[in-house]
Amino acid sequence: MRWSARVSGAAFGAALLLGLLAALTEAVELTFELPDNAKECFFQEITKNTTSTLEFQVVTGGHYDVDVILEAPNKEVLYRKVKTQFDSHTFTATMDGVYSACFSNEFSTFSHKLVYMDFSVGDEPALPGIGEHTTVITQMESSAQEIHKSLNSVADYQTHHRLREAQGRKRAEDLNSRVLTWSICETVAVVICAIGQVLVLRNFFTERRPFTQFN
Amino acid sequence: MNTLAKILALVLVICVKLATPLYFHIGETERKCFIEEIPDETQVIGNYKVQLYDPRTGGFMPSSPGIGMHVEVKDPEDKTILSRVYSSEGRFTFTSHTPGEHVICLYSNSTKWFSGTQLRVHLDIQVGEHAIDYANIAQKEKLSELQLRVRQLLDQVEQITKEQNYQRYREERFRQTSESTNQRVLWWSLAQTCVLLVMGAWQMKHLKSFFEAKKLV
Repeated sequence: MRWSARVSGAAFGAALLLGLLAALTEAVELTFELPDNAKECFFQEITKNTTSTLEFQVVTGGHYDVDVILEAPNKEVLYRKVKTQFDSHTFTATMDGVYSACFSNEFSTFSHKLVYMDFSVGDEPALPGIGEHTTVITQMESSAQEIHKSLNSVADYQTHHRLREAQGRKRAEDLNSRVLTWSICETVAVVICAIGQVLVLRNFFTERRPFTQFN
Repeated sequence: MNTLAKILALVLVICVKLATPLYFHIGETERKCFIEEIPDETQVIGNYKVQLYDPRTGGFMPSSPGIGMHVEVKDPEDKTILSRVYSSEGRFTFTSHTPGEHVICLYSNSTKWFSGTQLRVHLDIQVGEHAIDYANIAQKEKLSELQLRVRQLLDQVEQITKEQNYQRYREERFRQTSESTNQRVLWWSLAQTCVLLVMGAWQMKHLKSFFEAKKLV
């Protein structure tokens, strides 16, 4: 009785330890605004031999481009892109330490940009309890895992679709408000020009009397 | 012994989960905002930790209990749905009631007027099915591995369905915007042509009467 309790306790402990290790893998996606002439950096601590992915996409702003630099802890540049709209880079960490991903909008003078970033480290954490029987996986469990992987890629495609759609929609909204502003400005300009022309013409044909009055 | 081990392990898991995520630096009076475009009835959980810069060591203090973090969440209609000051380490949760862009803003509750020291903010935002803690559910409802896996699949599919529904709403908005632009371009062209014709006619009439008064015509 006591032996089985100890074994189950140890098994639970092992499972939680696995869960703990699995919890060390994180995926963070953030959408943030990058003001003009600004540089934003995000840091992540990565252990050696962990496969990580950095993915980014510019959603709105200017020419939809941004500079990206990915640096290792020893300041070595692992990945650099200049004026890119979107990309995905997978790398394996060669050393322990803090890796930094910097997004720069320093080349732009007045357009602030909205950037989506996804920095995922390691594999997806396994469900608690699954790690226990790694040797024997039933057909059901492996099918379920396949479905889970497919659903993950569906969610991923949905995110990309959402970002593309947001880009198009924001551009359309911007155009809509700009059309109104331009039309009003043009109407005002036409009216001012018309009145101005008449006034100038009247001025040509008006005699200047004030100086002759004093003679 | 078993329960003690469980509690200890859970505490360790929580501690580790808070220590590893992404971090960035902000000034003490600076405000950092993140945008989450989510469908309705979606739960969002944010874990954060703030560390104050220590000028003595040139690094960041491992724990700074003095500073608080003000978290403000605005819904797509610019209404504040969450505005609270939390301690230097913790988590905030909210559920969206309208689909759209929610803005999550973080800033410290520092009373300084201009930039003070640097702050290191660890942040982890999980949306939808990523926000669900399966370890907790497995324990509470006593589910087997396969049941837990099926539960996870069900949650994922539900989130995908919500996202598809939201996409339909977004596409409708996009279509309305495009149609509005189309209408505006049409009507404004006509209006401007009318304005031009009216101004031209007014100019002719005014100048004619002006020249007639001057006896030049």
